[in-house]
Amino acid sequence: MRFAVVQFGGSNCDRDVHHVLESVCGVDTDLVWYKERLGDRYDAVVIPGGFSYGDYLRAGAIAARTPIMADIIGHAGAGGLVLGICNGAQIGAESGLVEGTFTMNRAPKFICEWVYLRVETADSPFTSAYRKGEVIRIPIAHKEGRFVTSPENLERLERDGHIAFRFCDEQGAVTEESNPNGSLGNITGILGKGQNVLMMMPHPERASENVLGSLDGKRLFDSMIAYIARGE
Amino acid sequence: MKFEVQITIALKEGMLDPEARAIQHALNNLGFATEGLKTANVYCITVDAPTADEARTRATEMCERLLANPVIHDYCIEVAQ
Repeated sequence: MRFAVVQFGGSNCDRDVHHVLESVCGVDTDLVWYKERLGDRYDAVVIPGGFSYGDYLRAGAIAARTPIMADIIGHAGAGGLVLGICNGAQIGAESGLVEGTFTMNRAPKFICEWVYLRVETADSPFTSAYRKGEVIRIPIAHKEGRFVTSPENLERLERDGHIAFRFCDEQGAVTEESNPNGSLGNITGILGKGQNVLMMMPHPERASENVLGSLDGKRLFDSMIAYIARGE
Repeated sequence: MKFEVQITIALKEGMLDPEARAIQHALNNLGFATEGLKTANVYCITVDAPTADEARTRATEMCERLLANPVIHDYCIEVAQ
C-alpha cells in the first residue's frame, strides 16, 4: 500500500499530511512534486492544503490546470482514492473532480478555528471509521471555503448520499450559527460520483495526534487505509 | 493582426459577493450613500489573430478553460484593434 502527497508551489500542509500518514498511520507515503508523473504505483493520492500559486486568479484554479492533475483525474477514474484537503479541495473542485466550488467566505476574511462537523455518511472509503450522525472536531483554516453549487447538483448530492460532512454545533445540530463560512447547506466535504474522491475544507491531518488536541481526523486516514487493505 | 481584448469576469446575478458588501459598507461609513456595488476582475490581453472574430473565439476559450468558473461567474469580452 502506498500513498502519494502531491506538492505544488505554495503547498504548505504537504509535510503535515506526509507525517501523519508515515509516522502516525504507518503507511508508505511519497511526496510527489507536481512536475513529476504520478504513474500507477499509488493506491491513494492526497492533494494537501496551502496557497498554490498564491491563490492567484481563484484559489486552486492554476494548480487545477497543471499536467499532474490529468494523472490524478485518471487515477480517480480508475477507482483510486483521491483526498483533497483545503486548498487541495479547491484544486479538486476547480479540476472537476467534484461538482461545485469553494469560494470567498461569507465574511471575506481568513478563518482559523476548531469546528464541529457532522458525519453525513459512514458509507464511503473515507468515513467508514465514523458513525453516521457522529459529531467530530477538526480545525479549518481558509478564506475561500464557502461551498457553492447549483440547486440541481445540491439535490443530486443529497439524493446520492455524496455529502460527507456538514458544519454543526457541539450537539450535531446543523445551524446558521455553526456555519463559519456561509457554505450552502453547511456542506464542507463532498464525495465524487464514484465515492472514491473526497474534497473537504477541514484539516484532518491537524486532528490526528493527541498532542494536537483531537484524534478525530486520524479516523479519516484509517478509513482510507482499511478500504485499500480490503482490496475493494 | 494584434487585438486588445478586454475580458470582464463577474459573479453571476444573485451570487453573494462578500467583498462588495464589505466595500459598500466602508463607502457608506465615509458618507457615500450607495444603492448597489459589485466587484469584477478585468483582464487586458493582447492577442495575435487573423480577425477580430478569431480573437473573440480565443478569448471565449480562455474564459471557458481558465479565467471564469462556470459555477459562479459570467464573463464579457470586448475586442478592439
